[in-house]
Amino acid sequence: MVDKPVLKKADFESDQAVRWCPGCGDYAILAQTQKIFPEITTEKEKVVFISGIGCSSRFPYYMNTYGFHTIHGRAPTVASGLKISNPDLSVWLVTGDGDGFSIGGNHMIHLLRRNVDLNVMLFNNRIYGLTKGQYSPTSEQGKITYSTPMGSLDYPFNPTKLALGARGAFVAKTIDRDLKHLQSMIKRASEHRGTSFIEIYQNCNIFNDGAFSELTDKETKSERVLKVEHGEPMIFGKENNKGIHLDGIKPQVVTIGEKHSIDDILVHDETDAFIGDMLSNFTASDTFPEPLGVLYCVERPTYDDLMVEQMKEAEKNTKGPKSVNDLLNAGDTWEVK
Amino acid sequence: MAKNVSNKTIDNVTIRFAGDSGDGMQLSGGRFTQTSAVVGNDLSTLPDFPAEIRAPAGSLAGVSSFQIHFSSQEIHTPGEKPDVLVAMNPAALKVHLKDLVPGGTLIVNKNAFTKKNLTLAGYEDDPTEDGSLVDYYSTHFIEMGKLVTNACEGIDIPSKMVDRTKNLCALGVLFWMYDRPLEPTIDWLNQKFKSKPDIIEANVRALNAGYNYGDTAEIFTTRFIVEKAKLPKGKYRNMNGTLASCLGILTAAEKSNLGITFAGYPITPASNILHTLSNWKQFGIKTYQAEDEIAGIGAALGASYGGALGITASSGPGIALKTEFLGLAVMTELPLVVINVQRGGPSTGLPTKTEQSDLFQAVYGRNGEAPIPVIAPTTPGDCFFATYEACRLAVKYMTPVIVLSDGYLVNGSEPWLIPDPNKLEEFKVEFAQEDKDEQFLPYKRDEETLARSWAIPGTKGLEHRIGGLEKQDVTGNVNYDSDNHQKMVQIRAQKIANIASELPETKVFGEKSGDVLILSWGSSHGACRAATESLLSENLKVGHVSINWISPLPKDLGGILNKYKKVLIPEVNTGQFRQIIRAEYLVDAIGLNEVQGKPLGASKIEKKVKDLIDG
Repeated sequence: MVDKPVLKKADFESDQAVRWCPGCGDYAILAQTQKIFPEITTEKEKVVFISGIGCSSRFPYYMNTYGFHTIHGRAPTVASGLKISNPDLSVWLVTGDGDGFSIGGNHMIHLLRRNVDLNVMLFNNRIYGLTKGQYSPTSEQGKITYSTPMGSLDYPFNPTKLALGARGAFVAKTIDRDLKHLQSMIKRASEHRGTSFIEIYQNCNIFNDGAFSELTDKETKSERVLKVEHGEPMIFGKENNKGIHLDGIKPQVVTIGEKHSIDDILVHDETDAFIGDMLSNFTASDTFPEPLGVLYCVERPTYDDLMVEQMKEAEKNTKGPKSVNDLLNAGDTWEVK
Repeated sequence: MAKNVSNKTIDNVTIRFAGDSGDGMQLSGGRFTQTSAVVGNDLSTLPDFPAEIRAPAGSLAGVSSFQIHFSSQEIHTPGEKPDVLVAMNPAALKVHLKDLVPGGTLIVNKNAFTKKNLTLAGYEDDPTEDGSLVDYYSTHFIEMGKLVTNACEGIDIPSKMVDRTKNLCALGVLFWMYDRPLEPTIDWLNQKFKSKPDIIEANVRALNAGYNYGDTAEIFTTRFIVEKAKLPKGKYRNMNGTLASCLGILTAAEKSNLGITFAGYPITPASNILHTLSNWKQFGIKTYQAEDEIAGIGAALGASYGGALGITASSGPGIALKTEFLGLAVMTELPLVVINVQRGGPSTGLPTKTEQSDLFQAVYGRNGEAPIPVIAPTTPGDCFFATYEACRLAVKYMTPVIVLSDGYLVNGSEPWLIPDPNKLEEFKVEFAQEDKDEQFLPYKRDEETLARSWAIPGTKGLEHRIGGLEKQDVTGNVNYDSDNHQKMVQIRAQKIANIASELPETKVFGEKSGDVLILSWGSSHGACRAATESLLSENLKVGHVSINWISPLPKDLGGILNKYKKVLIPEVNTGQFRQIIRAEYLVDAIGLNEVQGKPLGASKIEKKVKDLIDG
């Protein structure tokens, strides 16, 4: 947390020309990141952006911090090794739905369960952009693409549900077009110790244009988006009169002022795993609005902290050889004279 | 009871302990090794265990063995055919009897020759009853089960536990035969089972029972004395390749003041490196068991990017998975050490058996022009020096380095002259620092080595981006220009070639010119050296060169090859190093190739050299 920013947005802009397609949602995400970072840190030399392969993974080149553009799907491995070796750093991982969930799916789930203290920005455009338009593991079933002319057969992942299933301790969702919300989610992630996972809906205007238009178009968005905030009732709708009510253990959408009052509306508790699970189930549902915000956030010991603790404990308690020379000379030895 | 026992002094002996996986043969072998080391013999060992964790008891698949060759002379191999075979059950006899030298000593645990065990081993008739063994070998049938049962009478432990002390009984017999002290083993038992006095008591009694059996049974009439070996002066310990590699890593950490992050995924026969280092947290070594092989090398590379030395270890199949990351390490020019403990391939192959068949994989196995230095330790103890050098040069040249170890080296052991870390090559590390007068250029190079600087996150003013896309010379920016690519490919190759200037002068053992040069790499060293010694004693014009560095090769090697009429390259593969040597030097090298899951034997090499000399 920064009390008084000393850096400016420009300090986070690198000298490299940005090369995404004009109109790509990535531009907005980059700009909001650069804008919010002065509020996140005063020491940009401690910031590292690590990515895999894909459109989103070009991101580190455009941030004037340390950056490492690694190989397809493997950014979590490099980021984990970096954070373990150098726990002082603020490590950010930029990935996409293909990089993070297809080729790199294994690393992603293990990162989340280990809870290494780093931040994941997963750009989900539900398509492969860099390889020119094949379906991704978050594409809806039946997607017509170059590789699936008759429609894709595979059923998609639900990213926030997957993250929760992998025991993620911070799971949030936002969207490229809602600039303030995007900024606030990045800030929240930075403040959380442990693996912070943000799914960012991002429009690919070339290969999957309009994938999230329901959530961004003026006419539909207020009916389709539920902004969740800790301690606040789950209210949405054009008139702000719709809400989520729990009927027993079943959530339902109700209209305030009809059979239910504001007191009947579920209040978001981001530390409640059941609420987190419930909200993640709203994704791609016809009945429920799309929840944006921090779905779930709890403090859990981080892998890197636990490792530091073990190292200290070992140093304190080990009885055996203390120096390398002792160790070289340990065991049964004998002299040849 | 006094009996007439004569002592006979001999130069060297090879003993093989063989039994069921549950019979504790590795323990017997290990204790015999330790004792022989302490009494001052030179020695070399070869454990051999099944790939299955718990193969059915008594089955052929479940046989485990341990061979030790010990001597009053300097030796280089774990021996070929054993002079003594200890067979704890019918399956062990079936598997190993064919290797025992004619007239050799055979010690058989008679109690294990039950109908069930005989059937499991595929014997129709009991070979201990039909006289066949006695005719060909100096055979001793010992009822070890009975011996330990009697010895352990009165100790309150289950009979199953008593039966498990048979391996100590067998060891006791061998200790008697070779006149070795029991104390080191008793001390070890006391240490190992500190909180279980009954177990200690049972094992000590079993050990003594075996020893006393040798002493009193009329059947043993000769004890063999193997004197101390004349090894170079100094302090010794027994050393296996796993521990040696780990000590090499630790010494590198101490001399460089670098943090070490070891990240790996369990795989036979490399896992023990992870286990050993995981116990050394007090020395600041961080270990990370990753979710898969790829994550292991990725985390190691991430650690190196962050200013620690990242290390990973695996075996062939795991190295295959790590390959893409090796390319990234080449492109981003970060230090990284990758230890490949080779095993039989292809695919899952022979997980517990040794082979030298990942040479091409190490030297060539990547997409694009991706040169990586490759160093191969030659003996278990040499794993220390090879791993240390790999760490040092990875940092000095900002490159991944592959250490080509193998199953034989990591599990085998030898007496090891404990080195003085102060006498190793210096290992200094300088991280890049901000220079206010000059813009930081990540791919600006040291003029001599061509290495770029190591600029680690957290350093003010050096913020920069790296990645797998082609780099512009000097700036390190992404660049697709054709001339730049050509230049960068050449620079990366030249940087690795420059390492040749670090290599010591190549030593020729034996004749400096003549009829045949035996050229070996890695763990084939021992068999080749033993063969050369034998051939030289017959006044043949033979030399031996043992190669550590395969990439780059020593600069003076070409000149040496030309001094012999013929060059023979024995290796445990179908001729991979031979192809490299032929390509590099246009020398018509001849191969001696065996892939039988074990190190080469010296006798075949000797025969081959003689055939070559005879034309």
